[in-house]
Amino acid sequence: MALDEYKPQKGGTEYDPEKTEFTFVGTRPDRPDGLDKVTGRAKFGADMSAPGMLHAAIVRSPHAHARIVKIDTSKAEAMKGVKAVVTRADFADDIPFKPGMGGELWNVLENVMAGEKALYDGHAVAAVAATSALEARDAAKLIEVEYEVLPHVTDVDKAMAPDAPVIRAGTRDRSVPEGFNENVVRYHESGHGDVESGFAEADLVIEDHFKTEATHQGYIEPHACLAMLGNDGKGELWCCTQGHWNVQKLCAALVGIEQSQLRVTASEIGGGFGGKTAVFIEPVALALSRKANRPVKLVMSRSEVFRATGPTASTSMDIKIGMKKDGTITAAQGTFRLQGGAFPGAPCEFTAMCAFAPYALENVHQVGYDVMTNRPKQAAYRAPGSPMAAFAVESVIDELCKQLDLDPIEVRLKNASKEGTKASYGPRFQRIGLVETLEAAKAHPHYSAPLKPGQGRGISCGFWFNHGGETSVTLAMSEDGSAQLMVGTPDIGGSRASMALMAAEELGIPYENIRVTIADTASLGYNEVSHGSRVTYASGLATIQAARDTVRKLKKRAADKWGIDEDAVYWEDGYAKPSGPNAGEFEPMHISKICAKMGATGGPIVGHYEATPEGAGVSFATHIVDAEVDPETGKTSVVRYTVVQDAGKAIHPTYVEGQYQGGAAQGIGWALNEEYIYGEDGRLQNSVFLDYRIPVASDLPMIDTVIVEVPNPGHPYGVRGVGETSICPPLAAIANAVSAAAGARLRELPMSPPRILAALEKQANG
Amino acid sequence: MKYHKPQDFDEASRLAAGAKGATRFLAGGTDVLVQMRADVFTPDEIIDLKHIPGVKDITRRADGGWTIGIAVSGAEMSEHADLHAEWPGLVEAMDLIGSTQVQGRATLVGNLCNASPAADSVPAMIAAGVTVTVTGPNGSREVAVEDIPTGPGKTALARGELISAVNIPARGDHGGDAYERFIPRTEMDIAVVGVGINLRLDGDTVTEARVGLGAVAPTALLVQEAADAIIGTTLDDAALDKLAAATSAACKPINDKRGTVEFRTHVAGVLARRVALTAYKRAKG
Repeated sequence: MALDEYKPQKGGTEYDPEKTEFTFVGTRPDRPDGLDKVTGRAKFGADMSAPGMLHAAIVRSPHAHARIVKIDTSKAEAMKGVKAVVTRADFADDIPFKPGMGGELWNVLENVMAGEKALYDGHAVAAVAATSALEARDAAKLIEVEYEVLPHVTDVDKAMAPDAPVIRAGTRDRSVPEGFNENVVRYHESGHGDVESGFAEADLVIEDHFKTEATHQGYIEPHACLAMLGNDGKGELWCCTQGHWNVQKLCAALVGIEQSQLRVTASEIGGGFGGKTAVFIEPVALALSRKANRPVKLVMSRSEVFRATGPTASTSMDIKIGMKKDGTITAAQGTFRLQGGAFPGAPCEFTAMCAFAPYALENVHQVGYDVMTNRPKQAAYRAPGSPMAAFAVESVIDELCKQLDLDPIEVRLKNASKEGTKASYGPRFQRIGLVETLEAAKAHPHYSAPLKPGQGRGISCGFWFNHGGETSVTLAMSEDGSAQLMVGTPDIGGSRASMALMAAEELGIPYENIRVTIADTASLGYNEVSHGSRVTYASGLATIQAARDTVRKLKKRAADKWGIDEDAVYWEDGYAKPSGPNAGEFEPMHISKICAKMGATGGPIVGHYEATPEGAGVSFATHIVDAEVDPETGKTSVVRYTVVQDAGKAIHPTYVEGQYQGGAAQGIGWALNEEYIYGEDGRLQNSVFLDYRIPVASDLPMIDTVIVEVPNPGHPYGVRGVGETSICPPLAAIANAVSAAAGARLRELPMSPPRILAALEKQANG
Repeated sequence: MKYHKPQDFDEASRLAAGAKGATRFLAGGTDVLVQMRADVFTPDEIIDLKHIPGVKDITRRADGGWTIGIAVSGAEMSEHADLHAEWPGLVEAMDLIGSTQVQGRATLVGNLCNASPAADSVPAMIAAGVTVTVTGPNGSREVAVEDIPTGPGKTALARGELISAVNIPARGDHGGDAYERFIPRTEMDIAVVGVGINLRLDGDTVTEARVGLGAVAPTALLVQEAADAIIGTTLDDAALDKLAAATSAACKPINDKRGTVEFRTHVAGVLARRVALTAYKRAKG
């Protein structure tokens, strides 16, 4: 189909069912940034330097909860090499405190630099900049902070108890019902039908309690930035982030300057997974730079990353599900308590809304509690809240299948959400691919492969909403017919390759002829953070539209040259062509020929697209896991793993598979060994990778992937986001596999060897 | 900070005896340098032992045993075919420490003097009956490995004393050793429990045995009761049960981020069984 026949609907972003043949989309070329990354040429957060640069260090609270009585910076300021010291007094003082999420800007400021109280072990209380990193480190030790230690709480259930120490009175918003400790700051409730009558119809009702510990995204690159801010209020910031416009907005507010006066450039990024959607050190470096009038570099240690960035929420959950003998779910109810540290924002509503989304339920009810504790402010971690909900819900469904002697995939197929199903969280689903993932899982050789003694198999489904968001893209043609594509979403998963493939598809020029740049904040309109699995969907949609805008302009130049109407020109394989005999006999004109003359034929040829696309299709996955448990030590090995997920349309299948495998790998760590361990003193016990146990390569099996493609109606090629859904099923699928292998139900994450051994002993003792 | 590069152990000893402030000896540096970088501990004086002649040598002694230089790395031990063939448990225990990069630097003496209760090479050395030569202001003495650590981070070495050699006994006939540790992952981790066993057979009967136990007490332990449980047996199920019970009974662990008291005590017995069977198989040849 020639592009000039394309009839845009509602802004031209809907799926085009006739576009089924692709030249570039669906191929697997090397990523444009690959060579830079494997040779060390790529510049990450800590790789940038500036003349006259200072190095900074942050003083952090050793207490979980303490009133800051006094900060004496005089000894540090007197030290040779020290050029600036900042405390809370050096940040904006006009940001109002408000309850709930209404005061998020105040929450960010309070987290970046403590005010009256230190709220968790690792909370920043002061910072210093000096001429070397060692001097900054020594100077930080000379800053004397006097604390009045207060009672603390780090566990979600304990924080909800009536007598728990209150983290910050006045924080709860109006959603919270009467009668809760003030640490319960937000409340969510949703669902439909009548669960009590649903449970009455069931042949078997199972109610159970589950807990998950907080985990960290574990990105390999610690946060790092280089900041320069003058007394004229003009600034430059280089930093490692998933979204530099967000950094611009937050930092400008926190240091009290105009947004546009701060230009932010995103470095290459060594992993984010949601954890780099916030600011931690950037405002501090800017404040130090303004005070010293010198560029300031600030790089976190791994220990600082664990103590003071944003891990995921920990949870305490109650699930009740009723099922008939034939596998029909009659009712489902869930209570989800999430602690997200010393600030509101734990994603209790996402947890509640995702929990039962895979199933078409007549009767469903879910509530969520956002609870504050003396821990670091949680940040997004890949489908925030959904993996924990799936762990609890899918464990109960597994137990129901076991007790009713039903096949776990058949039961899920029987209850699966489909197009038109009223979702557990409200709306009716458009076209979705859950059934297709279940059918593919059932047909996969893994599902019928025999198990060895000591092994068990687990299944789980998972759901994530996906997101669109503010997006702007510019595509500029060069005189030689190659193209420069500027996008504003940092590349956290191979997105430059995907953008280049989509632009190549529309322009009809080779993939290699497109240079994709992550533009700085001064070079494009606002772009929302790379989160919500939105980049291939939203920046991809914008890239397609910007390319189509470019093609319209290219065709106009050819039409003008030929002296015919531009509607009589169509675009094919990089050439403008007259659309038929009536248009006239003209030699097709190649893009390079049009661009070579663009200066003289009307000026530069540049395509744009700016929008907030809202058609991000939701996504489902089904995972199959085989685990082996050593009954004498409780040690678990994941021996086989298969991910089946709906991608809508895989633009670059290798990077889609990479996302699938990455979600499984992170899920294995979260399920088996990763956890935030707090001591009685409220201090984090394991703030290095030695004791925060993410999987090493030899811990993982080869992870098989199946890409299911059920087109998203809201994208021209049918793309759905894939980055987050892949981490929704693993916790549950692994827990179900481990429970089958061990012969005992595991209800708490991580399923570390001592927990498994304890569960085995409990089972043996009846 | 002062950096010294002595040319012999007597000079190193004199430097240490005369040092002002906190001193660290440097061999592989995989503890010292890491602690400095992480701002855990910064010494006032560093005495670098790597330039003393002979410290990188693995030498066969006249009695058939081995002398390991104090700067010999784990990787050099692993690639020494004869040493590996005679003492697979000890060499493999050393090889479990850290990554490939760390193996290129890490040393037995560093692992011993860092005095972590969880040091992998220490229970294996204890089981093997390894001694170290200690050089100090009053000359040299030979000390059993189990007598070096006195608590977490603490050793029996006096001011001005340092270890100048590691002495592995002659393997002899019909002997075998093995070491296993429990970690929740597959590598790059710290032992939650570690068990080293070295034994000798006469026919099918165990005639000599030593059991070293790590990560379950303030120091690695030599567990005589566990050895006694298998000496005189053919390592039948009853003997293995006694071995496991004696090993678990010797544990005095703590609850910490790496494991609970109950878990460590139980798994110590489980590992003792497994390690004894491996050592037995190796002794049978």
